[in-house]
Amino acid sequence: MSDYNFAYLDEQTKRMIRRAILKGVAIPGYQVPFASREMPMPYGWGTGGVQVTAACLTPDDTLKVIDQGADDTTNAVSIRKFFENTADVAVTGQTSEASIIQTRHRIPEHPLTEDQILVYQVPIPEPLRFLEPRETETRKMHALEEYGLMHVKLYEDIARHGHIATAYAYPVKVEDRYVMDPSPIPKFDNPKLESPAIQLFGAGREQRIYAVPPFTKVVSLDFEDHPFEPARAEHECDLCGADHTYLDEVIIDDNGGRMFVCSDTDYCETRQSAGHRGKFSPKENAA
Amino acid sequence: MTPLLSVRDVRKTYGNRIGCTNVNFDLYPGEVMGIVGESGSGKSTLLNCLAGHQALDQGEVHFDTRVDGMRDTIKMSEPERRMLLRTDWAFVHQNARDGLRMSVSAGGNVGERLMAVGDRHYGNIRDKAIDWLDRVEIAEDRVDDRPSDFSGGMQQRLQIARNLVTGPRLVFMDEPTGGLDVSVQARLLDLLRGLVREMELSAIIVTHDLAVVRLLADRLMVMKSGHVVESGLTDQVLDDPQHPYTQLLVSSVLQA
Amino acid sequence: MYVAVKGGERAIDNAHAWLAEERRGDVNVSELTLPQIREQMTLAVHRVMAEGSLYDPDLAALAIKQSRGDLIEAIFLIRAYRTTLPRIGYSDPVDTGKMTCDRRISATFKDAPGGQVLGPTFDYTHRLLDFKLAADGEVPTANHAIPQTADMPRITDFLNKDDLIQTEVPSDETPPDMTREPMEYPANRALRLQTLTRGDEGFVLGMAYSTQRGYGRNHPFVGELRIGTISVEMEIAELGFSIEIGEITLTECETVNQFTGSKSEPPQFTRGYGLVFGQLERKAISMALVDRALRWQELGEDNLGAPAQDEEFVLSHSDNIQATGFLEHIKLPHYVDFQSELELVRKLRCEAQAAAHKEAAE
Repeated sequence: MSDYNFAYLDEQTKRMIRRAILKGVAIPGYQVPFASREMPMPYGWGTGGVQVTAACLTPDDTLKVIDQGADDTTNAVSIRKFFENTADVAVTGQTSEASIIQTRHRIPEHPLTEDQILVYQVPIPEPLRFLEPRETETRKMHALEEYGLMHVKLYEDIARHGHIATAYAYPVKVEDRYVMDPSPIPKFDNPKLESPAIQLFGAGREQRIYAVPPFTKVVSLDFEDHPFEPARAEHECDLCGADHTYLDEVIIDDNGGRMFVCSDTDYCETRQSAGHRGKFSPKENAA
Repeated sequence: MTPLLSVRDVRKTYGNRIGCTNVNFDLYPGEVMGIVGESGSGKSTLLNCLAGHQALDQGEVHFDTRVDGMRDTIKMSEPERRMLLRTDWAFVHQNARDGLRMSVSAGGNVGERLMAVGDRHYGNIRDKAIDWLDRVEIAEDRVDDRPSDFSGGMQQRLQIARNLVTGPRLVFMDEPTGGLDVSVQARLLDLLRGLVREMELSAIIVTHDLAVVRLLADRLMVMKSGHVVESGLTDQVLDDPQHPYTQLLVSSVLQA
Repeated sequence: MYVAVKGGERAIDNAHAWLAEERRGDVNVSELTLPQIREQMTLAVHRVMAEGSLYDPDLAALAIKQSRGDLIEAIFLIRAYRTTLPRIGYSDPVDTGKMTCDRRISATFKDAPGGQVLGPTFDYTHRLLDFKLAADGEVPTANHAIPQTADMPRITDFLNKDDLIQTEVPSDETPPDMTREPMEYPANRALRLQTLTRGDEGFVLGMAYSTQRGYGRNHPFVGELRIGTISVEMEIAELGFSIEIGEITLTECETVNQFTGSKSEPPQFTRGYGLVFGQLERKAISMALVDRALRWQELGEDNLGAPAQDEEFVLSHSDNIQATGFLEHIKLPHYVDFQSELELVRKLRCEAQAAAHKEAAE
C-alpha cells in the first residue's frame, strides 16, 4: 500500500475535493458536484465519505470511523483499516479524542467540539429525489427554492398516518435556504445537526459534496401543529442505564426476549467505565 | 382605472407558421375575457404565452403586481415569474390530469399552493382544503382520496379548487369544460360562474364553445389563423357579429 | 448473555483467507495462468477492458483470475486501479478507416469496396456443445488468405458522398472527460458515447433491444460492423510529431437508421454509432442503437417516453460498478434506520388499535 499517495488519493484529486468542500461550506446545504473518483471499495459503501476524509486528513489527525454508531461493525473496521494502511494516522474509538470522525447513519452522542470534523457517508444526497427522479428538475427546484412538494409529502403522511412517517433521513432546511438530506441518520439525531463541529457530507456515486458549517441553523421540516419530534425507543440502555441515547434493539432468545443497548458503543462503554449500570450489567462489576 | 393585465403586440411563430400575432388587449380587474376560435386558431398558444408557459417571439405582457405595480412578466426573472404563478396567477388545464398530482390526496392537492407560499399549519391547511372542496361541491369525506378515484367532473372541480385556494387575481383557463359530458359541463359552468362573481375574479378563458363564453365572459376575442379578427363585448359580438368568420362561428353554433 | 457482533476485524481477515482458498479451488487441478486467461478467455478479457476503460489484456486477465471469473468484480478491480494512474497525455484520435480488419460486414449492401469479411465469428456456428473440446483442445489449422493491405473505407462514407446520410459535423472541441468531471445533464453526444462504451453490456443490450421492440423504435440497419486492430499514436511535444505507442483491438458499428426530413431538409438517413475496446460486437451494435435513440431531440423526433430516449435514465443507470455497489450496499448493517422505522410502525399500530377499540366501544 506504500505505493499509494498519503490517504490514497493523489494531491491533485484532493485539491479538487477540497475546493468542493470549501464551496459547500460557503453555501450551507447546497450540493456541490464533484468528480468523484473510483475508489477501491464499492460505491454505496462510503466512497464519498472516504474521499472527503482523505481530502481532510493530515498526518497529525486522529481518526474515528463508525457505522451504525459502532466502531467495530465490519464496514467501519474496513474503512478504518484502509486509512491506517494508506495514511498511517492514529485511530481511536473515543469520540472526544478524534479530530476527524467518519460516520454512517449516526451522530455520536458525545457533544462535538469546534476542533472536530464529522464526515457523513451519503447514499442519496437529493432530499427531493423520491418526489422527483430527474436531476435536471430537482436542481431547478433548489435554485428557485420550490419546496412546496416536500411539505405535500409531509401533509400526506399526517393525513394517512396521523404523524409524519419519516423516521430517518429526515429532511432539514439549512440556514433558511436549502432543503438538505442529513443522510440516513435516525431523526433522533437531527437536533445534533446544529453543532460547533464542521459537518461534511460525501456522496461518491452521486458525485456530490455538501456541508453544514459550525453553528449553522438547521431546522427539521414540520408543521406548527405537528412539530418535529426526535424519537427513540422508550427504554433505558440495558448496559449503561442511559435514558437519553439512541438505542439498538437486540433479540436475545427464541422467545422474543430483547434488550436495548446504546447504538453509540463508545458512549456506552465510557458510561459503563464511569460506573453507570443497566438492567443486564454484570453485578460483580459494580463499583 | 389601471388594467390588471396589459398585452402589447404579442407574437409567437413556429418556424414559418404563425402561432399568434399582433395581439393587443387590456384586461381590467373583475373582468372575464373569452378567447374563441376553432382548433389551430392560436388561442391556446396565446394563452400559454400569456401565462409564461411558452416563450414568445416579441411583445409585452404587463401585470399589475401587488408590490411593484405594472411589470412586464416576460422580462421577469424565473423565480419572480414562478412566484407569480403560485400566488396571484392560476392556470386551469383542459385535462385535469395535467393540473393535478394524481398520486396525492385531494386535500394535499388543494393544500400544495398554500404550503408553497409558506403555510405551515397542518390543521389550517386541511380546514382550508375542506372548505374549498365544499365550495366546488366535493364532499368532506373525500379529502383523503386520490383524484384517480374521482370522476372527470370531480377532477376538474378539484383542479379549480387547487387553483383558487390562494385567492389568485388572474386565472387562465384552457377549455375548462372540454372533454366533459354535457350535463357535467353545465354544472361546472354554473359553479365557475358563481365563483367568478363571488371572488370578483379576473379571468381569461380559451374555448371553442360559445355557450361557455356566453355564460362567463364579459368580453370576447375571436381568433383565426393566429390573428384576432374581432373583439368586443360578448353579447355584442355574438348577437351582431361583424367579421365573416365570427358570423360563421355563431351560425354554426345556432345550427348545432 | 448475547453480545452484539464484535470482532468485525477478525471476521474480515478470516473471510479474506477463506476467499483466497476458494479462489484457488481444488489444488490437485493445475492453477490457471494469466497467459491462459488472456489467450483462451479473450472475450472475457475484452469485456473487462472495455467496461474497465483500460486497455491492458494482462491486467484484465489478472483481474479475472483474482475475481474468480466474476466479470463485474474484475471490471471493478480495473477501474479502481485505473483511477490511480497518472494522466501522461492524450493520444491522437484513431482513424478507424485505417483499421486492419479481421471482420467487416455490412447488412445494407451485398458487397462494397474492401469486401465482406466474415472473420472469426460465432454467427453461423450451430450451438451444439462440442464434446471433443472437453477431451482435448487440438484444432485443425484455419485456412489463410493473403492479408489485405489497402484501407477499408467506411460503408457510410459512400452514402455520405451522395448526401443520403446525415453528415456528422467534425469538431475540434475537447470532449468532456467523465472520469475527471462530474456528470452533467443534458449531456452532449461525446459524453453520452463515453458513458455507453463503458456501460454494462447487459444494460446497454437491454436498452437497445427495447428500441427494437417499439420503445423508441429507430429502424436500424447495420451499415457496417468492423473488428480489427489499429495503432495508437501520440504526439510527443519534445519531438514535435506523433509516434506509435501501441496497438489496440476495436469493434466499431455504424447503423443506418430511419430517415428523417423536415421542410428545410430533404429526407436523409441518420446514424447511430458504437465503438468499444476489444472484440465485443454485441456491445458495439447495442451502443449504436442506444446512441441513435438518445439523439431524438437533435433530429427533431418526438419524445415517445421510451426508456431508451431518456438520457438521464440511460446514462445514470448504465454503469455496473455504480449499480452493483449501490445494490449490494443494502447488505451493510442498517439496523439504526430499521430501529427508527420499527419504533414508528409500533406507534402507528398502537394508535390504530386504540382507535379501533374506541370505535368498537362506542
